[in-house]
Amino acid sequence: MLTRLLILLCAVIFAGPINAQTGPLRLTITDGVIEPLPFAAPVFQAENSAAQTAAADLTRLVAQDLSNTGLFREIPPSAFISQHASFGQTVAYADWRAVNAQALITGAASVSGDQLSVKFRVYDVFSGAELGQGLQFTGTVSGWRRMAHKVSDAVYSRITGETGYFDSRVVFVWESGPKDKRLKRLAIMDYDGANVQFLTDSAALVLAPRFSPTGDRVLYTSFESGFPRINVLDVASVGRRQLQTAPGEMAFSPRFSQDGQQVIYSLSNGGNTDIYRGDLNSGASTRLTQAPSIETAPSLSPNGSQIVFESDRSGTQQLYIMGANGGEARRISFGDGRYGSPVWSPRGDLIAFTKQNKGRFHIGVMRTDGSEERLLTASFLDEGPTWSPNGRVIMFTRETQGATGTSSLYSVDISGRNLRPVPLQGGASDPSWGPLQP
Amino acid sequence: MHMMTKMAVVGLVLLSAACTRPDRFTDGSNVGGAGGGLDQAGVNDPQSPQFFTQTIGDRVLFSSDSSSLTEQGKVVLAGQAKWLTDNADYLAIIEGHADEQGTREYNIGLGFRRANAVREFLVAQGVPETRMRVTSYGKERPTQICSEESCYAQNRRAVTVISIASLS
Repeated sequence: MLTRLLILLCAVIFAGPINAQTGPLRLTITDGVIEPLPFAAPVFQAENSAAQTAAADLTRLVAQDLSNTGLFREIPPSAFISQHASFGQTVAYADWRAVNAQALITGAASVSGDQLSVKFRVYDVFSGAELGQGLQFTGTVSGWRRMAHKVSDAVYSRITGETGYFDSRVVFVWESGPKDKRLKRLAIMDYDGANVQFLTDSAALVLAPRFSPTGDRVLYTSFESGFPRINVLDVASVGRRQLQTAPGEMAFSPRFSQDGQQVIYSLSNGGNTDIYRGDLNSGASTRLTQAPSIETAPSLSPNGSQIVFESDRSGTQQLYIMGANGGEARRISFGDGRYGSPVWSPRGDLIAFTKQNKGRFHIGVMRTDGSEERLLTASFLDEGPTWSPNGRVIMFTRETQGATGTSSLYSVDISGRNLRPVPLQGGASDPSWGPLQP
Repeated sequence: MHMMTKMAVVGLVLLSAACTRPDRFTDGSNVGGAGGGLDQAGVNDPQSPQFFTQTIGDRVLFSSDSSSLTEQGKVVLAGQAKWLTDNADYLAIIEGHADEQGTREYNIGLGFRRANAVREFLVAQGVPETRMRVTSYGKERPTQICSEESCYAQNRRAVTVISIASLS
């Protein structure tokens, strides 16, 4: 009886379909979204001949951003009854209803010198009304991808009521060479794998970069000296310095606090690894854990009051939560297998983690009390989750098996749907997803 | 003055190259941490580093998720301790490693535990602690690349790398 009730309850929670459209267009993102919302994006109007290429490129990238979320489905232009010729003209809603478009995105671009302007409007086809107001962005022609992502973010936000994640960057480890001679370098890219830029050379092994909350700096672990040390790198200048830590034989696994002024990290002495908190300005550090086991991979809650971390104090790797100043920790992971690399979601409600069980690796999420564990992926080796700025998507490392095994980046929705590789040339690991850009 | 201008121009060129090229770095190599290639000449000379590395053995292996020394490992380490005692000019860096079955951070902690177990054994055998340093490469530097236990067993290791150079 209880079981039946639970199943019923879960069905209500998880199986909510796309809201049938009774009011204005609104896609409520639930775990049950199965049928993507159809949209039409006729090629943006080029307001001068210099804008022809940009208008086409912008339209294509906006449609790609939206389609790749798995929440939207583009209606192929070949199906259109009317091509939306002139931006701002009266919309022939009937023509768009006829091809089952629920949302219509129109836009226009103009180029003047190296300046590109794009404006766009979103229409709710079934209500026959504009959704929000027209917006215009101006930037450089070479920065057209960012402008397309900004349009996508605005469209996503208007239809779902949530902030987007398209105009964001990811710092990661670029990998090349065979498994036993692997070269690793820090690199940065757009969320969709475009515009890769290197931040370090391959002279020293580097691991696990972590973005600052504003995306201006990166913390990472470097083996420059042969001993793991934490570096702070300025993204704009690629200047870097070693982080001052408490005295220790090794320092690794750093993360910024929400204000970007403090760093939580692991420090090792005499075979033992514990968690510390350091102040970037004063260089002073406080020890937060005092156990003979391995305490590592700390991640602060968005409000800064708690830290989730992993420890093998119970005999195997498990997840624990303690106060931001240390003290007693409570275990939150109790399922089969081992749990590691926890990351607090930007909304504060979920913890993403790596789970290792019966020779397989998974990326999963659970509530902060350990309940409602859900495994989103399964493979030979998945690890190192990072959250999209809006907490809807997780990016992680997937490594393939065997002598020719390589690493690459994947993303998956927190519903477990929409697993897709991040398109990159070459190997990649340890992504850290930065904030939406201003 | 002319010199200054030239330097400024060179600086600008470098700067603009940095801005336009996705890769503003020359390629290097970060492969390390396994103890370099040694010739065979000294294998039979008990005072030589080659004797240490190859005849005594520079590494000990561990079972999965363990930092306990095996009986076989203790024999190797007793030999290392004697050699280090006899060759007091040498310093040692002990590198701990893990196989690929594990998360990145945990494996660094685990490799460190393994390296420290070796250090503690060598200290107990009379090697001064000041002559040793420990580090961990986690799962980053496998010597064997297959995804099977035969390879994993070789990768779960602590390697004692000796040198005459200063530790600092």
